[in-house]
Amino acid sequence: MRAIVMLESFTAETLARMQFAFTVSFHIIFPAFSIGVASYLAVLNGLWLKTHDQTYLFLFNYWKKIFAVAFGMGVVSGIVMSYQFGTNWSVFADKTGPILGPLMAYEILSAFFLEAGFLGIALFGRERVGNRLHMFAVCMVAFGTLMSATWILSVNSWMQTPAGYSINDVGQFIPEDWWQIVFNPSFPYRLVHMVLAAYLTTALVVGAVGALHLLRNKADAAARRMFSMAMWMLIVVAPLQIVVGDFHGLNTLEYQPAKVMAMEGHYDSHPEGAPLILFGIPNPEEKRIDYAIQIPKLSSLILKHDLNAPLAGLDTIPDEDEPPVAVIFWSFRIMISLGFAMLGLGVWSLWRRIRGKLYNDDLLKRAAIVMGPMGFVAVLAGWVTTEVGRQPFTVYGLLRTTDSLAPIDAPAVAVSLISFIIVYFFVFGAGTYYILRLMNKPTATSGLEINKGPIRTAQNQFIATTDANLKSGAQGDNRGI
Amino acid sequence: MEFELSFILAMIIAFAVLSYVILDGFDLGIGILFPSAKSEQDKSVMMNTIAPVWDGNETWLVMGGGGLLAVFPLAYAIIMPALYMPIILMLLALIFRGVAFEYRWRTVRWKPVWDFAFFAGSVIAAFTQGISLGALVQGIKVANRAYAGGWWDWLTPFSLLTGCAVVIGYGLLGSTWLIMKTEGELQTRMRGYAKWLGIATLGFIGVVSILTPFQDPAYFQRWFTLPGSIFSVFVPALVGLCTWLLFMGLKQDKEAQPFLASLGLFVLSFIGILVSFYPNIVPPNLTIVEAAAPDSSLRFTLVGVMVLVPLILIYTAYAYWVFRGKVKPEDGYH
Ligand code: HDD
Ligand code: HEM
Ligand code: HEM
Repeated sequence: MRAIVMLESFTAETLARMQFAFTVSFHIIFPAFSIGVASYLAVLNGLWLKTHDQTYLFLFNYWKKIFAVAFGMGVVSGIVMSYQFGTNWSVFADKTGPILGPLMAYEILSAFFLEAGFLGIALFGRERVGNRLHMFAVCMVAFGTLMSATWILSVNSWMQTPAGYSINDVGQFIPEDWWQIVFNPSFPYRLVHMVLAAYLTTALVVGAVGALHLLRNKADAAARRMFSMAMWMLIVVAPLQIVVGDFHGLNTLEYQPAKVMAMEGHYDSHPEGAPLILFGIPNPEEKRIDYAIQIPKLSSLILKHDLNAPLAGLDTIPDEDEPPVAVIFWSFRIMISLGFAMLGLGVWSLWRRIRGKLYNDDLLKRAAIVMGPMGFVAVLAGWVTTEVGRQPFTVYGLLRTTDSLAPIDAPAVAVSLISFIIVYFFVFGAGTYYILRLMNKPTATSGLEINKGPIRTAQNQFIATTDANLKSGAQGDNRGI
Repeated sequence: MEFELSFILAMIIAFAVLSYVILDGFDLGIGILFPSAKSEQDKSVMMNTIAPVWDGNETWLVMGGGGLLAVFPLAYAIIMPALYMPIILMLLALIFRGVAFEYRWRTVRWKPVWDFAFFAGSVIAAFTQGISLGALVQGIKVANRAYAGGWWDWLTPFSLLTGCAVVIGYGLLGSTWLIMKTEGELQTRMRGYAKWLGIATLGFIGVVSILTPFQDPAYFQRWFTLPGSIFSVFVPALVGLCTWLLFMGLKQDKEAQPFLASLGLFVLSFIGILVSFYPNIVPPNLTIVEAAAPDSSLRFTLVGVMVLVPLILIYTAYAYWVFRGKVKPEDGYH
């Protein structure tokens, strides 16, 4: 009750923003993982079919169960998102619906149905449809997750960098050129950056699980395979992500300069080359960064490729159009630091690999475990930068957040916000616990199951006949989720 | 031209909602009937009949909402705040039942918790969907392109009635689905339930049909002037036919007939609602044409629908076909 009373002192707008931020932040955690795992599963299954190496099949079945739980959480939290535009942001829905609605319809038609339609076969159907069709289903699920990311990021990017529209007499955005709308200026950067983020996140999780089991048993073949695959992924993708992130930032500078000023902490304009502020404490009242540690002129070099290029600061932006600096300043630094930490882990593992000691360095394994959840943190930090940096607009420069709100009463939003908080922590907390428990199960020894669950008889025979050695492991698979 | 385009898309949205109602209907119905399971084995069998398809079924709900946003953004923007509470409740309920599919296999101690979540989530989701339907039939206050009522307007005796009707109706779909997908003692038990649920569903259809015209006199008119009056002749006759098929099927121990007949009842009730609404999309007075997005949006969406929906239907049918036949209890136990 006290919480409700407390929340009631907020306006409906603040509450609706908190609710959106809360639910979408939970939601993104699951896709960030399942986009990566879906592709990983396709790779594992493909390798198993090609090499007939049992370890791949084993890993496929191991990650499949984890995937199923994460995917379920992604679906239910996503359904909430798609209805929230209407319940809390109905004016936004009315005005942008003609543009964003069709994009989301395409997402549903080309991605959600695809995932859902083939998920059952990918999880339960191997022995019913045979290896080839099963492989096809696994690929369709992976492809579906990528399609989903593509469309929703087009939607989000259009809100950041709107293009191809006109505005009618009731204030609705009207599509003029669908090509420009879908491929709006920030979309390609955001798409690549996000998909790489999902792959990095997954690689870190897989690496951490592998490392955990390697710490327990250095000879564990499945754990070695996981760990090695994850570390390869890291060393390839982490540097790519940094390069892509840099391009993404340059694009943002062009289309949303105020956001970059906030990320960089540039309250003041710098006519003769701007410094790169590494750390400091933003002071919104005085409009300056306290205790700044900075490298002179480096920001101009990064953003303009010229030491002395002038850079405008937030002093050129009207106060009512200024995004909240402190949040963005910090979230941006968290993402960047983690990006470099991931690169560091990748380089370290490469060095140990070259030395032939990849599986022997316990410190490396511990570091990999610590880094396990950091992909999620970086993803959230990145999204916070992007979304808070768009404020005070929902459609950048055109539609204010204040003018997007549904005609709802604060108490209604407060009650639903509290319900979401309670339910999400309870339900997704439990789910996360189950996932962690699955990850904690030894890989190559006993089964993964606590309980058997739905079993398809034929698959057990199939697995049992293909490899007697893995018998005990196969029993765990007979659930064949 | 503009009229026809929005009309075609309205039919497509209606199709998505209908697909949702019948597909997730039996799916939620299993949840509603879950406490009737006598053993752990019953529970596993019941859940296994839908485990491979529930996600696809629920996607039609996303399609209904997302499609509405795409082609009737104004209707979406009015309906969602008007039904704020029931929709949020439905979403929360769907969370609980959705995760139960995976969670219940992941724990021993908490299994009863997730089984209960599956049951309660299904009942509440069905109930709030019924409430939303009732509130929509009663009409929504609109002013200046926005919802103009309060946040409790949806709560009326009529909407509570439709809420109960949907729970019972989904129960009927669930029980007849299980008749088709199971055998032995469980199947026999479901035959017994289906009879009573069938009678109750018909009772609710009757009461709601009688009360609906009193919610808005225009409904009455639509049923007795062309083109609605065509339906006035056929719909009751077809309801009679479906009823006969349902009960004969139950009596003669038919496998699929009771399920198909129950689907028929749902389709007919749905057509009945469409006839009452037309040409409005949000009663009492927001029309399909007024709520439609501009032509350029409609055309773009229509292209996607024309290409992708047939594909979706094909692979969804394929997925059902892959998992055809009875779900055997031994499947779960060795
Ligand atoms: C379809 C468009 C869309 C997409 C893909 C996202 N968002 Fe967003 N976000 C919005 C559409 C939006 C919005 C509807 O425009 C909000 C609601 C209130 C607002 O100001 O913007 C918003 C606000 C919003 C806020 C609150 C900002 C503030 O009020 O200061 C945060 C922290 C996020 N979002 C985070 C995310 C995360 C973690 C996402 C990753 C999935 C994400 N958003 C994707
Ligand atoms: C606010 C914006 C968003 C909305 C409205 C939304 C909506 C949804 C919905 C309705 C589902 C469930 C689909 C089903 O029934 O199968 C879902 C799942 C999913 N979403 Fe989102 N989503 C949003 C943001 C994102 C973002 C930013 C991404 C990725 C970059 C994403 C990727 C996915 C994926 C991959 C799934 C499949 C389930 C999973 O992998 O967990 N979504 N989303
Ligand atoms: C270290 C190098 C990196 C740089 C220079 C960088 C740069 C950026 C920039 C400039 C944005 C904001 C773009 C905008 O809002 O217009 C952004 C957003 C984002 N970043 Fe990064 N990033 C880096 C690393 C990472 C890593 C390691 C991850 C996650 C694993 C990540 C995940 C994200 C996400 C999810 C977003 C929000 C979505 C988007 O706008 O693409 N970033 N990044």
